[in-house]
Amino acid sequence: MDLFEYQARDLLASHGVPVLPGGVAETPEQAEAIAREIGQAVVVKAQVKTGGRGKAGGVKLADNPEDAKARAQDILGLDIKGHITHRVMVAQASEIAEEYYFSYLLDRSNRTFLAMASVEGGMEIEQLAVERPEALARIPIDASVGVDTAKASEIVDAAGFAPEVRDQVIAIAMQLWDVFSKEDATLVEVNPMAKTPDGTVLALDAKVTLDENAAFRHSEHAELEDVAAADPLEAAAKEKDLNYVKLEGEVGIIGNGAGLVMSTLDVVAYAGEEFGGVRPANFLDIGGGASAEVMANGLGIILSDPAVKSVFVNVFGGITACDAVANGIVAALQQLGDQATKPLVVRLDGNNVEEGRQILADANHPLVTVVDTMDGAARRAAELAA
Amino acid sequence: MSIFLNENSKVIVQGMTGSEGSKHTQRMLASGTAIVGGVNPRKAGTNVDFDGASVPVFGGVAEAMKETGADVSVIFVPPPFAKAAVIEAVDAQIGLAVVITEGIPVHDSTSVWAHAQGGSTRIIGPNCPGLISPGRSNAGIIPANITKQGKIGLVSKSGTLTYQMMYELRDIGFSTAVGIGGDPVIGTTHIDCLQAFQDDPETEAIVMIGEIGGDAEERAADFIKANVTKPVVGYVAGFTAPEGKTMGHAGAIVSGSAGTAQAKQEALEAAGVRVGKTPSETAKLMREIVGA
Repeated sequence: MDLFEYQARDLLASHGVPVLPGGVAETPEQAEAIAREIGQAVVVKAQVKTGGRGKAGGVKLADNPEDAKARAQDILGLDIKGHITHRVMVAQASEIAEEYYFSYLLDRSNRTFLAMASVEGGMEIEQLAVERPEALARIPIDASVGVDTAKASEIVDAAGFAPEVRDQVIAIAMQLWDVFSKEDATLVEVNPMAKTPDGTVLALDAKVTLDENAAFRHSEHAELEDVAAADPLEAAAKEKDLNYVKLEGEVGIIGNGAGLVMSTLDVVAYAGEEFGGVRPANFLDIGGGASAEVMANGLGIILSDPAVKSVFVNVFGGITACDAVANGIVAALQQLGDQATKPLVVRLDGNNVEEGRQILADANHPLVTVVDTMDGAARRAAELAA
Repeated sequence: MSIFLNENSKVIVQGMTGSEGSKHTQRMLASGTAIVGGVNPRKAGTNVDFDGASVPVFGGVAEAMKETGADVSVIFVPPPFAKAAVIEAVDAQIGLAVVITEGIPVHDSTSVWAHAQGGSTRIIGPNCPGLISPGRSNAGIIPANITKQGKIGLVSKSGTLTYQMMYELRDIGFSTAVGIGGDPVIGTTHIDCLQAFQDDPETEAIVMIGEIGGDAEERAADFIKANVTKPVVGYVAGFTAPEGKTMGHAGAIVSGSAGTAQAKQEALEAAGVRVGKTPSETAKLMREIVGA
């Protein structure tokens, strides 16, 4: 789960990371009120889960509350790389003497955590990493030990932080590690971490990604979820515990197993080339869900997408039995009644496949076609959607 | 000969008495795996009856190993307790720990990996279907009736997609099929399996299945170029998957790859691996190689 900046900032603050006063606003009036409370110049920042906000005009200074209201007016509703701005953060503006970069993340290739730090922070860190990699310190973190004072010092010294800020940055490094480890984050990035003219170091921006697998031990993370921004079909699917992602296409896809579903999307896309560029409409992994309810829920969501012209149900029965899946499909279609409006192509293979195919043959539903191979079924589904 | 798991493997199941554990213990027994014990501290000293076997339950991995000579553990323990279970297996120095559990927090997996360094346990997974050496042994949830013993080695991140590939090549058969799992931090990589298949006299050709995310396939491509002389055929899923949102700059900097299916295919092809566009095409490429 990617957090909004204001959420990440609050999380950092709760672990003692120095931040500037600020609040989140959904209307220009709210923005004005926050600016008034802060009582100084503020910066109004679009809250969207993508980078490049500044370049898109989503970050503006405001000298007074009226200005803040006007800037919020400009920024709310702004489309930044496909993300519509629904909220702004209004934070005390600050003079910046120096900008630094600091992050903790998972280094997947090396199966370890990594700290990255630089005394040359700000917007162009990716460029820096490529052009002058020596300016970006990369220090692996042993997961069993974490970041103690010694490790924090190692990181800070490797990046070459000046003596006058060294102690502050070491302290912040440990606080950020607290966030990273205690909140089960897979990314904590502060860019810029800034030194103000009076020598104070603080976090002027924050990006945090939380590990959803750890939700079971963080009930408080649930309220950080941004339900409003989700595509309505995806939101509906999530409520039914379905692993669904909406795409742009005409062939609805249901499968069991993420790898198999991804493969199904690809196979349908290739088959669709023959029919004028027919594309998969969604990703939906029902896992071992052979039950009528899961199948009906899945089909219901997919058929709510007006672009869908056919549905491909692709199941390889490993543990899940094909006869259970077939019964699930039959019952689901019964449950959906008139809502089942589009043709279904079903491919079953694996455990109890003959029984499964027989059940579908016996049900003889007008909308259902059974095709024996994955390639053949994909082609048929694409053809029906053309 | 197979890799990692053979007819002599003695398997215990951590979480055997839970619903997933017991269901799959039954399936493993039915497929001929030598299940010699289960682990559940609260049910130590009891026995669980399965069709055709009564399996003793031990209080801990070390005790189970001592009593049975077990050298493999299959772990079905739920996410909140999985880290402790894997660490227990590692500390008991079991040779192979197959972690089926899905949903383990990445901080836990990363800790476990750090803890396992320097030890004698190979970890496979987590979030994986396990591995099967058809006709010899089956440790995990892979269906045993898809295919038979043969000369192809298979390594895959996926679950059901692995079964699909096994099905496409079912008449040729497999020495071992290893599901390494799709989590970001896993105990056994494509490279580990490629090395083992390269060293295994029974394996004549290898098929590897990858998917978007990370750079495992790119690394495997480099490894293949330098170390693998047996023919390798590949398949990558996820050409049509939407690109994840980039969050921050850190991920872009660290990853050695764009993480896309295209990038992986290109890397593999540059290493001499033929990559199929679909599972069936991949199987066809393999058939051309083994002449079947």
